[in-house]
Amino acid sequence: MSQYFFQQLINGFSLGSLYALVAIGFSMIYGIVRLINFAHGDVVMIGAFSTLALVTAGVPWPIILVFVLAVGAVAGMSIEMVVFRSIRGASQVTGFIATLAVSITIQNSALMLLSGQPRNFLFPAFMRQRVGVGGVNASLTDIAIIVLTLILIGGLFLIVYRTRLGTAMRATAENLTAARLMGVAVNRTVLAAFAIGSALAAVAGFFWGGKFGQIDPLLGFVPGLKAFVACVIGGVGSIGGAMMGGYILGLAEVLFVGLLPQEYSGYRDTFVFLLLIVILLVRPSGLFVRQVEERA
Amino acid sequence: MSTSHETPPVKLDARVTLPRSGFVAAILTVLIASAAVFAAQQGLSSYVVTLLALLFINAALAVSLTLTNGLTGLFSLGHPAFMTVGAYVAAILTFPVTRKGTMLPGLPEWLAATQLSILPALLIAGAAGGLLALFVGWAVLRLKGHYLAVATLGLIIVVQGLANNWDGITRGGAGLSGLPRLVDVWWAFGFLVLVVAFTWRLKFSSLGRSMMAVRENELAAQCSGINPARLKILAFVIGAVLAAVGGALLAHLVSVITPKTYSVLLAFNLVVMVVIGGSGSIFGALLAAAAITILSEALRPVEESVGLYGLSQVIVAVCLIIVLRLRPSGLFGSGEPGLVRRLYSGRRDA
Repeated sequence: MSQYFFQQLINGFSLGSLYALVAIGFSMIYGIVRLINFAHGDVVMIGAFSTLALVTAGVPWPIILVFVLAVGAVAGMSIEMVVFRSIRGASQVTGFIATLAVSITIQNSALMLLSGQPRNFLFPAFMRQRVGVGGVNASLTDIAIIVLTLILIGGLFLIVYRTRLGTAMRATAENLTAARLMGVAVNRTVLAAFAIGSALAAVAGFFWGGKFGQIDPLLGFVPGLKAFVACVIGGVGSIGGAMMGGYILGLAEVLFVGLLPQEYSGYRDTFVFLLLIVILLVRPSGLFVRQVEERA
Repeated sequence: MSTSHETPPVKLDARVTLPRSGFVAAILTVLIASAAVFAAQQGLSSYVVTLLALLFINAALAVSLTLTNGLTGLFSLGHPAFMTVGAYVAAILTFPVTRKGTMLPGLPEWLAATQLSILPALLIAGAAGGLLALFVGWAVLRLKGHYLAVATLGLIIVVQGLANNWDGITRGGAGLSGLPRLVDVWWAFGFLVLVVAFTWRLKFSSLGRSMMAVRENELAAQCSGINPARLKILAFVIGAVLAAVGGALLAHLVSVITPKTYSVLLAFNLVVMVVIGGSGSIFGALLAAAAITILSEALRPVEESVGLYGLSQVIVAVCLIIVLRLRPSGLFGSGEPGLVRRLYSGRRDA
C-alpha cells in the first residue's frame, strides 16, 4: 500500500510540475498586466508541436529543449505585441474576451494547419525505462520532468529576485504607472514577462507528449484552465503561490484518481473544478496570499 | 431640447398613449415576422427552415445572455452548462417509454415509466437549470470579472464530466440520439418572441435599471438601497432558466444530445454575439446572433471544399478583435438604436 502510495506521489509531482510550469507564466502575466491570458494554454500546444517537428527532423534533445524555450518566448511576445499592448487599459471584460479570441484563433488555425487528428509522440526508449529507488519505481520521464522543472523554477527565481530585469518586473507588477515614472522601460519589461512565462509553458508542452503519449491542437485548453485553478489555489499574481498551487493540484488530482475506486476516474476534471469553487469560497484570494479588503 | 417644466399638457397626453403604440408596433412586428416564417416554411427547403429555427434559438440565447452579462455586468460563460442540463432533463422526460428501459438502465422506476409532451418537459428543464443556477450562483456570484468567468467555464466542464460518466442516466459519451423531433421552427420562433419581449420589459423596468446600476457601480448601487447580491442571483437564474429551455429546444430540433454538443466554443460564440452587439443591447444581440449564425453556416461549404475546418471560427474571432479595437463597447453600446427604441417603447428617454 505505501509503495503504491509513493508511486502515486511521484506521479502527482510530475503532473504537478507541468501545472506549475504553466501556472507560473500565467501568474507572472496576470501580475503585470492584470489580465488573464487565455491563450497561455495554447502556448503549451505550440511547444508540444514544435518538439514533435524537431524530433521528426532528428535534432538532438538538448538543442530541442533550448529551441522550444525560444519558440515559447517568441509566441508569448507576439501575443503581447499583437493583442495585449493594444488593449492595455481597456476594461477587464474586454481584455478577457480578446484573449479568449486569441486562443480560439490559435486553436482553429492549428486545426486547419495540422488537422484535429491526435498524433503519437514518444520519448526515446531510454527515457521510458523505469528506475527503482527502494522498491518504488518511476519512469525516467517523470524524474526528468520533476528535476528539470525545479531547475527552471530556480532559474526563474534568480531572474526575478536577483537581476535588474526582475526588479523592474516586480516594480511594474506593483504599480505600472509608478514604475514608468521611476524610469522603468515598462513596455520592454512587460514583453520580458510574457517571454519568460510563455517559454515555461512551452517547456510544459515539450514534456506533454512524452508523459501522455499523444498530442493534438486542442490539448492546451484544459491545462490552461487548470493553470488558472492552480493560480487561484496559490493566490493569483504570486509566482511562489502559482508554483505551490501547481504541485497541490497535480498531487490532489493524481491521489483522487489513484486512491478512489476505478469507476470514479472519469470525474477527474469535475473534481478539479469543484475544488476550485470550494477554494474560491473559503479563501477567495488564495491559500498563500494575505487577504486584502477591496476599496471603492 | 425642451426641458420638462415647459412641456405643454398635450405632450403629457402623448406620454400616456405612446406606450400603447409601442405595444401595437410589437404585435405588428410579430405578425409580420410570423407571416415571413410561414412563407419560409411553405417556400423553402426543410434544411433552410431548420437553419432558421437554429438562428431563432441562437438569437434567443444571445438575448438571454445579454440579460446576465450585459445588463447586470456579470461575466458568465456558463450558458452551455445550463443548456446541457436542460437538454438532458427534457430528453429523458420526452424519450419513449419503450426504449428507455434498455437505453437508460439507471433511471428510477417512476422516471422510466413517464413520457411527457414537449411543453411540460421544457418547463421542468427550465426549472432544473434555474435550480442549478441558484445553487451555483450562491457560490460563485461573489466572484468578480474573470474569476466568475473561469468558475462558470469550470461549471461547463463539471457538467460535461457528469454527462460523460453517469452512464445509466445519460448514456455516457454516446449521448441520447433519436430523440422525438418535437420542435419545429414555430417553437423556436415563439421562444425567441417570448425571450425578447420578456427581456425588453425587464430592461425598461425599475428592476432592469437596478441591474444596470449594479453593473455600473456596485457600491453606489448598494448605497441607493439596491441589494446587489439578490439582483445578481436573480439575473443569473433567469439567464440559466432561458438557457436550459433553449438547450432543450435545440436538442429536440436536431433530435440528439451528447455531452459535447454545447461546448466552450458555444459559450464563446454567445459571448461574442453579446459583445459585438454591445453588452446590454437587445437589438444588438439579435443582429449579431443572426449575422454570426448566417456567417458560419455560409462558410461551412467553403470549409468543407477547401478542407480548412475551423476557418469560420477564426473569422468570427478576428471580427471580434477588430470590433473590440474599433468600438470597445460594441455596435450599440448598452442602449437600443434610436429608431427601434422609439418604435417599441414609445419613449424618447428609454
